[in-house]
Amino acid sequence: MIELRNLSKSFMTSKGSVDALRQINLTIRDGDIYGIIGMSGAGKSTLVRCINMLEKPSEGSVIMDGRDLSTLDEKELRSMRRQVTMIFQGFNLLMQKTCLDNVMLPLRLSHVPREEARARAMEMLQMVELPDKAKSYPAQLSGGQQQRVAIARALSTNPSVLLCDEATSALDPRTTHQILELIRDIHTRMGITVIVITHQMSVVQEICNRVAILEHGTVMEEGEVSEVFSNPRSDATRALVYPEIASAIFNEEDDGQRVRLIFNGAPAARMPLIASMAIDCGILASIQSASTRSVGGMTYGYMTLEIPGGPDDLARAVNYLRKTPQISVQADVHYSMKEGQA
Amino acid sequence: MNQFQRAFTSESLAEAWEIFLQDFPLALWDTVYVTVLSTFFAIVIGLPLGMFLVAGDEKGIRPMPRLLMRILNMVINFLRSVPFLILIVMVIPLTRLIVGTSVGTTASIVPLVIAAFPFVARLVETSLREVNPNIIETAQSMGATPIQILLRVMLPESVPSLVSNFTLAITTILGYTAMSGAIGGGGIGKIAIMVGYNRYKYAVLYLAVIVLVILVQIFQNTGSWLSRKLDKRLKH
Ligand SMILES: Nc1ncnc2c1ncn2[C@@H]1O[C@H](COP(=O)(O)OP(=O)(O)O)[C@@H](O)[C@H]1O
Ligand SMILES: [Mg+2]
Repeated sequence: MIELRNLSKSFMTSKGSVDALRQINLTIRDGDIYGIIGMSGAGKSTLVRCINMLEKPSEGSVIMDGRDLSTLDEKELRSMRRQVTMIFQGFNLLMQKTCLDNVMLPLRLSHVPREEARARAMEMLQMVELPDKAKSYPAQLSGGQQQRVAIARALSTNPSVLLCDEATSALDPRTTHQILELIRDIHTRMGITVIVITHQMSVVQEICNRVAILEHGTVMEEGEVSEVFSNPRSDATRALVYPEIASAIFNEEDDGQRVRLIFNGAPAARMPLIASMAIDCGILASIQSASTRSVGGMTYGYMTLEIPGGPDDLARAVNYLRKTPQISVQADVHYSMKEGQA
Repeated sequence: MNQFQRAFTSESLAEAWEIFLQDFPLALWDTVYVTVLSTFFAIVIGLPLGMFLVAGDEKGIRPMPRLLMRILNMVINFLRSVPFLILIVMVIPLTRLIVGTSVGTTASIVPLVIAAFPFVARLVETSLREVNPNIIETAQSMGATPIQILLRVMLPESVPSLVSNFTLAITTILGYTAMSGAIGGGGIGKIAIMVGYNRYKYAVLYLAVIVLVILVQIFQNTGSWLSRKLDKRLKH
């Protein structure tokens, strides 16, 4: 278990001090695939670097399995880092070494005999399905393959925690998917705790069970992925979950009446909701914006409807829509997004 | 007919050719021997020094006391700014101490090394600073010690750059051997000055220059080829 207690980090720069992290409190349980999501500059990398003490927290502590990491000496820190390994956006392989040598490196650094390290490294390359690239150099591999080698390297010391800092951000969607599959697979097989840093909501949706939303060094929300994403409570979350609406809401000048539907795991993705409302109530709604995603077969997401009639029509529409299971309705979202939850 | 034209009459060319055949093989050997040995010792001192400069830097992987780093940098800058001819004279006592004499081919290695190692240290410094900082951070995230980072990550990663910088060093040192040849050292430089210049045999001077140019070309091309061959970033 990893507990972050009142974790703060500020950097002294020539322009004064920058608060990269402010009073972070998070608990990451063993076996979690924990997502930390935020925009660029939110402090994600700083947070993950505090977890393996590459960055010393300015305040607060990182407690791993009951041990406060700030009490470790250099030697203990180094052995901790074999247990908490890391993969990166840029893969960071040694370009002048073969893939096999790259995977062997962490083992050789901890003085594992060469032959034993080689055997273990080959085993790891097999796990990431690249045994035939053992003698190749990273430059001869695609991005996805390089990240696989980096994963093999990170797992060679049999860690209990894997930190992924934007590990798929340099990859195309298909490769991203394959790498996430691999991470999930490893998580299941090795029972490893995974912390996934990303700015992409889709990554969190695909593999994480819990998520924390980071903005300006502060945790805005934290919880089960399905909960946080289907019912965002902070602007930061909304901006991540619904990047389209975030701009739509704040930019539009007209004040037509709107209803916002939030799909909280509704069973069918495309219910003829609008059509049935027109037939049952005679209300013609137009869709302003929509974004739904399927997580585990259930629909999550939002839809914003514009109701052209007067306040009566709006009230009737809200009443009608509220009868639909697994959908929350927020009326008049133009003014407030927190009202009228079913 | 002036001196210069006289240097290229058929007799003087024939004479120059004779001198060439007689003296150049040994002189060439002396030059190569002095250059290679001086470069070797300059690297033996300059490589660890350059590594220390990078590691011990304020933002390095193992920061050292600032005063120490500042003194080191001052010494290096000082040695690099002393003109080579003056340096040769300055280190005569040291040369005597090490070699037993201050004249001759072997003796010229001492000032050459003294002049070249700070240069090599700076070259090593630039090579190591080119290493992707993310890779260094990755090594730290694996629990590598500063020594391990230097030896197992930074050094292997900068091999192609180091080889091309050492090539620069050896060609520069080759140029310096010609200067040390002028005052007591041996080699092609000595023939160029002693015979070609002092005795007005300009044809010999030009032959010496041609030999030096060819030598530089050989070193440079070999070094560039080796650097390219060793660079695994290039797909082959
Ligand atoms: N070493 C550093 N020195 C100064 N400022 C830094 C340093 N590292 C990060 N920061 C600042 O801290 C903030 C968070 O950075 P980072 O953790 O890299 O964000 P993210 O990974 O979410 O993009 C940024 O404002 C960044 O400029
Ligand atoms: Mg980052």
